[in-house]
Amino acid sequence: MIPNVIEQEILIEAPMDVVWRVVTEPEQISRWFSDSAEIDMRPGGDGVLAWKDHGTVKLRVEKLEPPRAFSFRWVFPEGAEPREGNSMLVEFALSAEGESTRLRVVERGMRDMGAWTEEEKARFVEDHTAGWVGHLGGLRTYVAQDCQVSMRP
Amino acid sequence: MSPQRAGDEELWAAVTEPSRRRLLDVLLAHGEATPTALAGELPFTRQAVVKHLAVLGRAGIVEGRRHGREVRYAVCPERLDAAVRAMSDVAARWGVRLTVVKRLAESAHLDRRRGARMAGD
Repeated sequence: MIPNVIEQEILIEAPMDVVWRVVTEPEQISRWFSDSAEIDMRPGGDGVLAWKDHGTVKLRVEKLEPPRAFSFRWVFPEGAEPREGNSMLVEFALSAEGESTRLRVVERGMRDMGAWTEEEKARFVEDHTAGWVGHLGGLRTYVAQDCQVSMRP
Repeated sequence: MSPQRAGDEELWAAVTEPSRRRLLDVLLAHGEATPTALAGELPFTRQAVVKHLAVLGRAGIVEGRRHGREVRYAVCPERLDAAVRAMSDVAARWGVRLTVVKRLAESAHLDRRRGARMAGD
């Protein structure tokens, strides 16, 4: 089953400029998203996210409006230009809430991949799904370890 | 991400809309309810509730049964379960990533208040 829109949000007790840097600076991205991130951070800029265990994913920056909006397209067929219909769009939106920041992420386009052949879809499913399962496991461990550390006196 | 069936898309559209998720929460708490009762607990009109129930009904997530003059609705647990499970896989990934972003930003903020600088400064 394929969702068309996924939304998640979180309230962060830090000002927008700090959250903006964590979300958009490649060296920070490699701490919460991939194992490494090389991104030409400007609209139209290309980037590569890499995971040690499951390869790389290309992305292209769409919108970069500090400190409120950042979006990119990813998961498009090899050699193709990312656009609506052959890729997924990930949009981050930041808004101030008192001294905190609300961070919202929306990922859309999963069911619009009409340009993909069945073979491409199947290959993507295999690569992407397997990769994410491992990645998610790693992040969970990371978060859990951090909680243990911060609970120490 | 296997090639989807039309029914699945409907299921997705039905449960990813925030108002309908709230409606489902209330309906699950009641087990069975009429549109009027649901509208009493939600910031929607009865008319809006009826529309949302129709979308959920087409997707097979709720079922209406007539009791005299009124229709009572209930959730079909298996269909809802299927939808939530598939959706939560993707949503959970972003949820976990956002949790890490929160942790990083909050600790960077604390460091900065203490006079330290963020990596990269």
